[in-house]
Amino acid sequence: MNGTKPKRVYFYGTCLVDLFFPDAGMAGIQLLRRAGVEVVFPDGQTCCGQPAFNCGYFEEARDVARTQVALFPEDLPVILPSGSCAGMMKVHYPELFHGQPDEAKVRAFSARVYELTQFLVDVLDVKLKDLGEPVKVTWHSSCHAVRDLGLKGEPQALIGQLANVELAPLAREYECCGFGGTFAVRHPEISGAMVADKIADATATGASVVLSTDGGCLMNVNGALEAKRSQLKVQHIAEFLWERTRAR
Amino acid sequence: MNDPRTAILGRLRASGDSGPLPDLDTAVLERRQWPAAQRPAQLRKGMEAVHTEFLEATPADWPAVIRSFCEREGLKNLLYGPTSEAGSALAAAWPAGGPALKPYDRPVETFKEELFNGVDAGFTGTVGGVAETGGLLLMPGPAEPRLMSLVPPIHIALLRASTIHDTFWSAVKALGWGRALPPNALMISGPSKTADIEQTLAYGVHGPKRLIVVLVDDQA
Amino acid sequence: MHAENEVHFRDAAAKALLDPQLRANFRRAMDGLIAKRKAQFPDPRDLQDLRDLSTAIRSRSLLCLPELLEQLEASCAKNGIKVHWAETCEQANELILGLLEARGAKTMVKGKSMVSEEMHLNAFLEKHGIEALESDLGEYIIQQDGETPSHIIMPAIHKNKDQIARQFSQKIKDAKYTEDVDELTAMARKVLREKFLNADAGLSGVNFAVAETGTLCLVENEGNGRMSTHVPPIHIAVMGLEKVVARLEDAAPLYSILTRSATGQAVSTYFNLITGPRGEGEKDGPQEVHLVILDNGRSRIYADPQLRATLRCIRCGACMNHCPVYTRVGGHAYEAIYPGPIGKILTPQMEGVGVRHDLIHGSSLCGACGEVCPVEIPIPEILVRLRREATHEDLGSKVAGKGTGRTATEDWAWRLWAGVIKRPGLYRVATWFATRFGKALPANAPLIKNWTQSRTKPVPARRSLSERMRAEGVPHE
Repeated sequence: MNGTKPKRVYFYGTCLVDLFFPDAGMAGIQLLRRAGVEVVFPDGQTCCGQPAFNCGYFEEARDVARTQVALFPEDLPVILPSGSCAGMMKVHYPELFHGQPDEAKVRAFSARVYELTQFLVDVLDVKLKDLGEPVKVTWHSSCHAVRDLGLKGEPQALIGQLANVELAPLAREYECCGFGGTFAVRHPEISGAMVADKIADATATGASVVLSTDGGCLMNVNGALEAKRSQLKVQHIAEFLWERTRAR
Repeated sequence: MNDPRTAILGRLRASGDSGPLPDLDTAVLERRQWPAAQRPAQLRKGMEAVHTEFLEATPADWPAVIRSFCEREGLKNLLYGPTSEAGSALAAAWPAGGPALKPYDRPVETFKEELFNGVDAGFTGTVGGVAETGGLLLMPGPAEPRLMSLVPPIHIALLRASTIHDTFWSAVKALGWGRALPPNALMISGPSKTADIEQTLAYGVHGPKRLIVVLVDDQA
Repeated sequence: MHAENEVHFRDAAAKALLDPQLRANFRRAMDGLIAKRKAQFPDPRDLQDLRDLSTAIRSRSLLCLPELLEQLEASCAKNGIKVHWAETCEQANELILGLLEARGAKTMVKGKSMVSEEMHLNAFLEKHGIEALESDLGEYIIQQDGETPSHIIMPAIHKNKDQIARQFSQKIKDAKYTEDVDELTAMARKVLREKFLNADAGLSGVNFAVAETGTLCLVENEGNGRMSTHVPPIHIAVMGLEKVVARLEDAAPLYSILTRSATGQAVSTYFNLITGPRGEGEKDGPQEVHLVILDNGRSRIYADPQLRATLRCIRCGACMNHCPVYTRVGGHAYEAIYPGPIGKILTPQMEGVGVRHDLIHGSSLCGACGEVCPVEIPIPEILVRLRREATHEDLGSKVAGKGTGRTATEDWAWRLWAGVIKRPGLYRVATWFATRFGKALPANAPLIKNWTQSRTKPVPARRSLSERMRAEGVPHE
């Protein structure tokens, strides 16, 4: 991407990162700051509204979305460490607000939304220097990062910059891990079968860490691995990148 | 109560404004082109991939090529359309003795049993071919009945290289099929096949077990 | 009708998941089909252009649907094809029975037709003393075993060859046991050839009906479709009213994207264009051709601008092949004529969104279906819309069973959720409690126990990101 790089951005933590993966959020912010970007973290962040939206409760989702959009008034990029939530804000907010009085305002907000790795690669063009020990990892692509946002290998490109990291391809990388929000509790048997297959494929790579960009996938895959007492760990890509490249 | 037709069309009509029609951009179809000299090879590639067999022939020797195929395979007879262009040419060049030419010249009602159980192979012409995917274009009719290319265990088809089109889409336009069609027309790419048992390909499930294309090089 | 009582899909899926043979059969088949489709579209630009063109063709057809259907009827009449209309499956069945009885037909061979499955035509005809025999090999296999299709293109995909070998050795007269696919196929050929030879009538579906020329286009590999439509003295074709296209030129790209998307074939063995009964001087072909156009809820789907996209479907089955849910549970768990993602949006629209509430929710919304759909049906969006319709009766739509999936519990839950999430103060209190005491939540609490049947309980971090950001003093606004 050409043009001047933004000097300031907003960071939207997302509810799952806020509550379950705060280290990933912190790492994302640090990666941005190291790239010379001032990070604004507005207080009052809760959830993008996706759970209600996906279940068809649009009024409730809109109520929530309005409070969130209002937190980001300045014309700055809004960076999310999650493909799914970024997809909600970028792609589904305009649908959710279609025909609403504040549609234009929401559309303008949506246009500023980026998933973190997308922003690091496509906008900031960051260069990483690996300071970590040799390790083998595998990558789980979040469905919404790929299909809603159209990520084109940005996370893999970042991992590829790390000299001591071997990226083992995950069989059926295109396939959903089975999270799907309320799907995981409404259809626990199917969801459970999906995540069981996902961790089997991940284990077969021989990697020691599964990386992803999505809190939902991480929570799901991590829970299944722990239940199996697997040695395999999951980590948010932001945390992984930051840990390996930070000056100690 | 309305009759079903009126009721259905009424409901569809009541479903609001129709809106502007989206444009049809056919560039992706137009990009699929081959020089005439390469089309036979492209067609062969597609059809051989689905087990079609090819015999090469010249405008002069194709009846002899078919004859020797029949002899080689030990066929007792070959069904043909005596009034079709290809059929009458074949008959004119067919020596006496050996495999017999069997004319399909009666209504199927008086011929069904024999057609199903007494024919070794059927011979038809084609009205063209399709290079992109491989395929033969046939227009069955009075001179070349529909079942000739379906019921006998072997189908032998005559294809002139000069009649191969780039795509099915371009063939439809070139042959004027979009304006008028006979009661039956079709494209055939290979022998009858199925993958309904465990995704394993098996040939000759209902129709011909073998498709033999006699490819006539008439482009020189 | 309460959604809480409607858990058929969950139960049926849970049962299917316990069958390792079934899961292995589907996984292997779907992996193969995904790879074969991919190989057919090496150039992403060509694929997208072809999808755009196909989508535009189907959209145009739907925009002009009533006019095209009338044109089709007139063209068919000119060609000697008699067109019949049916609002319901019952009407369609009666129509067909009437045609058969008037000609004293006792046996009918069938080419593959999902619409006839929709009508439960076989059972209806058997009840009236007419044998309806499926002749597509896959359909033949499942009919013989009293089953329904588990996939719209590959109906017997849930069976492996050992199962079929056992079945044939028991059900086909004088058949020996063999697992050789060629030999199994030859056995079916022998039985079915006899049937084609003697059948009084033939029935087929329609892949595309061309309005301008009055042509019925049939796509197939086996030749049973041609047998069923050309050998018996009468051919009856059944189609959903959405299957019409304006011109034969329009059918060409649809045909191309259909075979590539469905089975990863560049072309099928046969693309059969039927434009009339036996013509003057012809020696074979049926004396009569009839076309039955079925509504069965389609005109109601048509009435909704968003849901209308459902009718673009060309029945390739790619959405099933790529669906992580379908791959694991197979087609029968859906307890519907059309399984998989397309079935998940079509079945509830036909049968009611309330009674099919748990089917509509049986998707992680991963989007794989929408991504591969050759006519770009936004299946995930439509699923969300149907979820919304199921729990809201007052949206002004014509969706069947709207509002009947609504429960006080779910309404209340989302209201409570929104009440907390839209109030940062409350949310802060809630997360404070979650971070301090979330660990103490029992793993067998309602909903949590659904999660923990395959996973450990998620434990909140000791300090939330917001809390840490406030503490670390990164600029706030």
